[in-house]
Amino acid sequence: MEVSLLLFWPALAGYAEAAVAYAGDTVRPGRLVRAATWGVRLGWLAQTALLVAQAADADGFPWGTWAGSLNLFVWMCVGAYLIWGCRAPFRLLGLAVMPLAAALLTLAWAAGGVGEPARSEFGDLFLAFHVGLILASFAGFTLAAALALLYLVQERRLKRRSAGVLRLRFPSLQTLDTLTVRTIAFSLPALTVGIGIGFARLGSEGGAFDAIMAVTLLAWVVYAAFLVLRWEAGWRGRRTAYLALAGFLLVVLVRLVLTPFVHF
Amino acid sequence: MHLLLVGTSYQRAPVELRELLAYDRDLRREALERLSAGGAEAAVLSTCNRTEVYAVADDTAALEERIYGELATLSRLSHSELAPALYTVADEAAALHLFRVAAGLDSMVPGEAQILGQVREAYNGAREARTAGAVLHRLFRQALRVGKRVRTETAIGENPASVSSAAAELAERVFEELAGRRILLLGAGKVADLTAANLISRGVGEIVVANRSPERADALARRFGGRAVGLDAVEEELEQADVVVASTSSQGVVLSAQQVGRAMRRRRGRPVFFIDVAVPRDLDPAINQLDGCYLYDIDDLERVVAESVAGRREEAVRAEAIVSEEADGFRAWQLSLDVVPAIASLRAKAESIRRAELERVESRLASLSPSQRRAVEALTSQIVAKLLHQPTVRMKEAAAAADGVLYADAVRHLFGLGDDADPARQPRK
Repeated sequence: MEVSLLLFWPALAGYAEAAVAYAGDTVRPGRLVRAATWGVRLGWLAQTALLVAQAADADGFPWGTWAGSLNLFVWMCVGAYLIWGCRAPFRLLGLAVMPLAAALLTLAWAAGGVGEPARSEFGDLFLAFHVGLILASFAGFTLAAALALLYLVQERRLKRRSAGVLRLRFPSLQTLDTLTVRTIAFSLPALTVGIGIGFARLGSEGGAFDAIMAVTLLAWVVYAAFLVLRWEAGWRGRRTAYLALAGFLLVVLVRLVLTPFVHF
Repeated sequence: MHLLLVGTSYQRAPVELRELLAYDRDLRREALERLSAGGAEAAVLSTCNRTEVYAVADDTAALEERIYGELATLSRLSHSELAPALYTVADEAAALHLFRVAAGLDSMVPGEAQILGQVREAYNGAREARTAGAVLHRLFRQALRVGKRVRTETAIGENPASVSSAAAELAERVFEELAGRRILLLGAGKVADLTAANLISRGVGEIVVANRSPERADALARRFGGRAVGLDAVEEELEQADVVVASTSSQGVVLSAQQVGRAMRRRRGRPVFFIDVAVPRDLDPAINQLDGCYLYDIDDLERVVAESVAGRREEAVRAEAIVSEEADGFRAWQLSLDVVPAIASLRAKAESIRRAELERVESRLASLSPSQRRAVEALTSQIVAKLLHQPTVRMKEAAAAADGVLYADAVRHLFGLGDDADPARQPRK
């Protein structure tokens, strides 16, 4: 069996264990958090090793296929989550991120994205920059969507004034709001450059403007509008959270609905 | 040596009696001196909810009598008046009790944090008065550790137990931290005062007090280092405030949703947390429907506190398991005291034999080089250590099974260790 396939299982096991432990932590806060954190860390390390093994086996950019790029996307999402996820108030974020990571990694495996990489017809440098930057921005938007979702849940709990509002340790609304904005502010430039490289190649090599490009551009417009409305018009809270989720729906459309039908 | 606890708490004595049994710093020091006369160890834990005397001596009956006398003198009550309110607990049960106290399991609100500091104060008082010996040092250090462990490993102390702390904690769920935030106090009622004090302890930046009576507003503002304004300036002040605490005695609404809506537009959506502790309510309930506004009235806060206290009670079950485990540890340590003097005597005797034998053959060892001398020293020490290792382990095991005294006596008899002063030779009752 290939090394990369052998590494897939511990990565998936780590993410799945973390997802279950985070769910358990909402029932009994404090008990399973350590197990969840270590599941994320070990799973991510195993997936890092998987990607390294794929890169060593490949003679070009190894994640050019849809399934391969999904594998890389999951790694980026969990990596971004690890920046905050281990801090106590953000552990609940794992409840949104880790089941998604486990599901998408399984999907990447089922579609053949974790085994020996397929050779792409595009140049390696182009793919590395174009795919890498767009995936990094999408990973950021995924995290921003999880933060926005958490914001809406916590906001609703506070508005409903439920007796158990303090039982679960949520980050404060202000922190969630600020982090959503920051994550989008970091991700949008990556998407801008990734799109720019794509259009540059389209101009020099030729090709048709397709649905993926259209929806990706629409996502760019939504996230750019998000930042403009936040910084210039003073939008915040629930409205910006909904906007971040709307942008994420377009990311889902690109990643899971449109891209599987496109061959690089 | 026996550990004895005599004391009372809110469960046994009304506040009128607890007041009579309260020790201040000086009274406690004098009491410790009297209690420790004759070589006993003593420590006094005195809080608004309990007074407990922990003491260690051989004769528990005499010790108990002395503690009763001490408490009777302090309260100026007779023995018979005092007795129904007092409880007496000995040895492992006394240790278990202190561990539960330190863990907050014996408190009115389970897991309250203040008690741990009070146990530390009791320990420090005994150390300063030099009335803590081996047993009380071990007991109080372990109690402090139990208190920390319970608060680290369970969520017993995590949620608020009072309306004012619940309000402050809810505000932190909106703003992360309150440092630098601006509070607007509407009215100058008692609950608002407490809530403001709680918010200030969390580092709020500025306090503005709005009240119908300028004098009361000025007085409260001065107390908290803030400024006073009239009630007509509330809408203007709302533009900058992050937390609003309302507690006026007004019979109608003081702040309407329309007023807040206008202020929110000027605030460009920055959130505000409203706390309404007035009855009848000061704040229009429709404020909670506005985007970025979170309104909690007194009933909401009391529900949050009740749920939080119920959560603490659930965690108390896990805390009890930790306390019980630590009490077992203390019991094992206390039992090991039965064999420690015998082990020490045995080792001392073996070492003296080793030295004597080396001295006896000193003339024959004179020709050895320094390194050869060191090798002989090391060899003989190792033989002694290896020979005594197994008996030492077995005696400690026997002590843990409460047979320590029998084994200690056997060792003394077999090795002729003699009747040196050993307070632990009395069989444990």
